[in-house]
Amino acid sequence: MAEALLEVRGLSRRFAAVDALKEVDISVDAGEIHALIGPNGAGKTTFIHHVSGALQPDRGSVHFAGRDVTRLSMHQRVAAGMARSYQITNVFLGLSVLDNVALAVQGRPDAGGSFRFWKPVSSEQWLFDEARGYLDQVGLSARVETVAGNLAHGEQRALELAMALATKPQLLLLDEPMAGTGQEESTRMVELIDHLARHVTILLVEHDMDAVFRLADRISVLVDGRLIATGAPEAVRADPDVRRAYLGDHL
Amino acid sequence: MAFYRPARYQKPFVILLLLALLVLPPALYAWGQAFYIGFATRILIFALAASSLNLVLGFGGMFSLGHAAFFGAGAYVAALCMDNGISDALLAFPLAMTVAGLLALVVGAISLRTRGVYFIMITLAFAQMTYYLFVSARVLGGDDGLPLAGRMTLGGLSLTSDGALFYSALGCLALVMTFLGRLADARFGRTIQAIRDNEARMEALGYPVFRYRLVCFVLGGALAGLAGALLANLTGLASPNLLQWTQSGTLLVMVIIGGVGYLYGGVIGALVLLCLEEVLVGFTLHWHIGLGLMLIAIVLFAPRGVAALFGKSNG
Amino acid sequence: MTQLVFEQALNGLQFGLMLFLLAAGLTLVFGIMDCINLAHGSLYMVGAYFVAAAAQAADSFWIGLGAGVAGAAVLGLVLELSLFRQLYRRDHLSQVLATFGLILIANEAVRMIWGAQPLLLNPPDALSGPVEIGGFFYPAYRLVIIAFGVAVAGLLYLLVARSRVGMWVRAGAANREMTEALGVNVQGLFTAVFVFGAALCALAGGLLGPLLAVQVGMGESVLILAFVVIIIGGIGSIRGALVGSLIVGTVDTLGRALLPTLLRAALPADAAATLGPALASILIYLLMAAILFFRPQGLFPARA
Repeated sequence: MAEALLEVRGLSRRFAAVDALKEVDISVDAGEIHALIGPNGAGKTTFIHHVSGALQPDRGSVHFAGRDVTRLSMHQRVAAGMARSYQITNVFLGLSVLDNVALAVQGRPDAGGSFRFWKPVSSEQWLFDEARGYLDQVGLSARVETVAGNLAHGEQRALELAMALATKPQLLLLDEPMAGTGQEESTRMVELIDHLARHVTILLVEHDMDAVFRLADRISVLVDGRLIATGAPEAVRADPDVRRAYLGDHL
Repeated sequence: MAFYRPARYQKPFVILLLLALLVLPPALYAWGQAFYIGFATRILIFALAASSLNLVLGFGGMFSLGHAAFFGAGAYVAALCMDNGISDALLAFPLAMTVAGLLALVVGAISLRTRGVYFIMITLAFAQMTYYLFVSARVLGGDDGLPLAGRMTLGGLSLTSDGALFYSALGCLALVMTFLGRLADARFGRTIQAIRDNEARMEALGYPVFRYRLVCFVLGGALAGLAGALLANLTGLASPNLLQWTQSGTLLVMVIIGGVGYLYGGVIGALVLLCLEEVLVGFTLHWHIGLGLMLIAIVLFAPRGVAALFGKSNG
Repeated sequence: MTQLVFEQALNGLQFGLMLFLLAAGLTLVFGIMDCINLAHGSLYMVGAYFVAAAAQAADSFWIGLGAGVAGAAVLGLVLELSLFRQLYRRDHLSQVLATFGLILIANEAVRMIWGAQPLLLNPPDALSGPVEIGGFFYPAYRLVIIAFGVAVAGLLYLLVARSRVGMWVRAGAANREMTEALGVNVQGLFTAVFVFGAALCALAGGLLGPLLAVQVGMGESVLILAFVVIIIGGIGSIRGALVGSLIVGTVDTLGRALLPTLLRAALPADAAATLGPALASILIYLLMAAILFFRPQGLFPARA
C-alpha cells in the first residue's frame, strides 16, 4: 500500500484545561481531495495549525512525504511542499494583487532567496509573469493592479488561494475557502478547487456541505477534538455517529 | 501599509540638495562662518546614524531602543585603530562596521527571539550592558572615553581639515543612501517590509523570517558603526556617552520626527533636531524643556512625522 | 568575611525590594495599559526631590516622606489625566517619543528648581546607628527599608491576589478587551494603577534618598534595572516583578561586592583588576540574556 502524502498520528493538544485535539489520526493520500468537517469549535482550524507548523502538539506526529516534520518550523514545512490558505483572509492589504502573488513566488526555494540588495524586483519580469499565471487560474486576471484591500470578499479568498498555489505545493491546506462567500462565488470556488485538484493534493476544511460532498474523495469528521469517522463520502453520510453529532441539521 | 515608494519630486530634490551641500564648505568660508562646517558635518553623521536606525525600525519594523550601542562601538573601534597605528580610514572604517555588525549579530540573535515590548526593552538592556562594559574597561578610558590622537587619513587624503572631513561624511552618507534606496526596491527590501506588515503570512509563504530580520538588524548596526567612526574623527573622542540609552533615544527621536519608513526620514530628522537644538540653545539654557514639549506636541498633533506633513503618502 | 557577605546579602535584599517598588508600577502599566513609560524613572527622581524638599522644610524625614509621596501621587494624577490617557491608544513609537520628551522636561525642570547640586536628605536620627542581628551588625535604616519593602510586597499581594480590584488588575493584564467587555471601569482602573505606581516610585526614591544621591538623572540608571526586572519576571506580573527584583538586587549587589575578590583569587592581578568591575556591572544583563534564552516571555508572564 502506498504511503499517504500526509500522515498525522495520535495528534493531541491541550490549551490550559481544554483538550483541543485528542489522539487524532488522519491520513491524506496523494492526489485526493480530503475534506475535514465538524461543528464549530471542533478543532478543525487548530488541526490545520498543527499540520502547517503554526502550533506544536503535546503528543503525536506529523509525517509529510515520508518525512517526520513534527519538529519543523512553518517555513521549513512550506519549503518541503505544504501551503495553506487562511480562514480569515490574511493577504497584504496594502499591496496590489500582483505584488501579493509575486511575493509568494519570490519566497519559493527555487526562486533563489531574497538576500538580494541591489537589483530592483520590478526588473524581474518572470516573477510577475508567473504571478499572473496563478491569478489567471483563480480568475483574478482583471484585478491584477487592484490594491488587495479594495477587493470584494470573494476575490480576496481567491487571492488567498493564488498565493498558496504560487508556492507550488504538493499539499494544499484550505481552511474554509468558501467562508463568507455568496452563492455565485462559492460555485466558482468549487470549480476552481476541482480544477486545482488535478495537480495538487488538497486537505479541505469546510462547512459548506454541498461543496464538500461534490469535491471530496474522502471525508474525516472531527467533533470536540476527536475523530469520529473517516472514509468515503457516502459512508460518512450514512454513519449514525456522524448524523447524530453533526450532519443532522446539514442534510 | 505598502512598499516604500519615493515621492515623485524626491529625486530632483535630492540632487539639488547634494549640489548645495557640495558647495557648502567654500560658501561658509567665504561668509566667514567656517565654524559651521563642523556643525554641518555633525548633521551628516547623525543623518547616517539615524538612517541606519530607520532601516531597522522603519523598513524592518524592529523597534530597537539600543541602536546607540553600535554607534558608540564604531567610535571606539576608530579610536582603538588610531591608538594602534591604523590611521587609514579605508581600513579603520570597514573595521568599525565589522565590529559593530558583529555586536549587532550577537544582540540580534538573542533579542529577535522576542516580540513587542520585550524586544524594545531587551535591546535597551543590551545597549546599557555595552555601555557598562566599555565604561568599566580601563583600557578603553573608562568614564573619560578614548581620545583620538588626530584625525585619520582617507587613502592619502588627510581628514584634518574640517572641509575634508565634511566631504568624507557627505560621501559616506551619499553612498549609504544610494544603497538603502536600491535595497528598498530589491528583493531584500520588499521582504523585510512585508515581514514588518505581516510576519505570520511571510512565514506561511516559506520565508525564514528570523534570518531576514537578523540580517536587517546587522546591516543597521554596521552602518551605525560607520557613523560612529566618523563622529570619533569629528570630535576627537570616543565617549561612553555615545553608548547611553539616551543616545538611542535621540536617534529614535530623529527617525520619528523625520518620518519612520520614509527613505530620507533619518536625514530629515537629524537635520531638524540638530538645527532645533542649535536655535533653542540661543534662547535659553533650559532648552531641553522646549524640546521635550515639542516632542510631546509632535506625538499628539503630527503623529506620522515631519515627512508625512509634506504629504508623502505611501499607503 | 562573613560580615561582608551578610551585609551585602542584606543590601541586595534591600536594593531588590526598592527595585520592586519601581518595577511593580511599571509592570502594571506595561501589562494592563500596554504603555511604554520611559519617564517612570523620572517619577522616581521627582518623588525623591519632593521627599527631600519636604523633609528639609518640615525638618522631619517621616513628614517629608509622607508629603513627598502624596505630592508624587498628585503629579501622577495630573500626568495621567493630561498626557498618558492619550498615549494608551497610541503605538509604542509614539509612547517612547512622548515619554522621552517627559524625561527631558523632568530633568531640566528639576535642575531649574533645585539646581545641579544633589539635594541633601538625611535619614531619621533614631535610625542612624547599627543594629545587632545574631552577632552581625547592620544599619538600622536599611533594615527599616527592608521592612517597608516587605510591607509593600505584602500589601500588593493582598491587593492583587485577594481583592476585587486586584482581580480586575490581573484580568486587565491578561486580556484588556475582555475586562472592558465585562463592564469594569477600565479608565478609572488605569488612572488608579498609574497613580499608585507613581506613589511607589516616590516611596522608593524617598527611602533610597539618604543612601544614594538625590540628583538629576538618578532615574535613568534605575529605570533600566527596572526594565531588566520586568523582562526577567514577565510583563504584567507582580509576582514576576518581585522575583525579578530580588534576583536582580541580590545578584547585582553581591556580584559587585564579591566578584572582584573571587577573580583576584583565580586570575592574575592585572586581569582581575580590569575584568572584575566590568564583569560585575554586566552580570545582571548576562543573567537576563540567559533567562531569555530559555524563557523569552520571562519567568511568570501574565499573558499567554
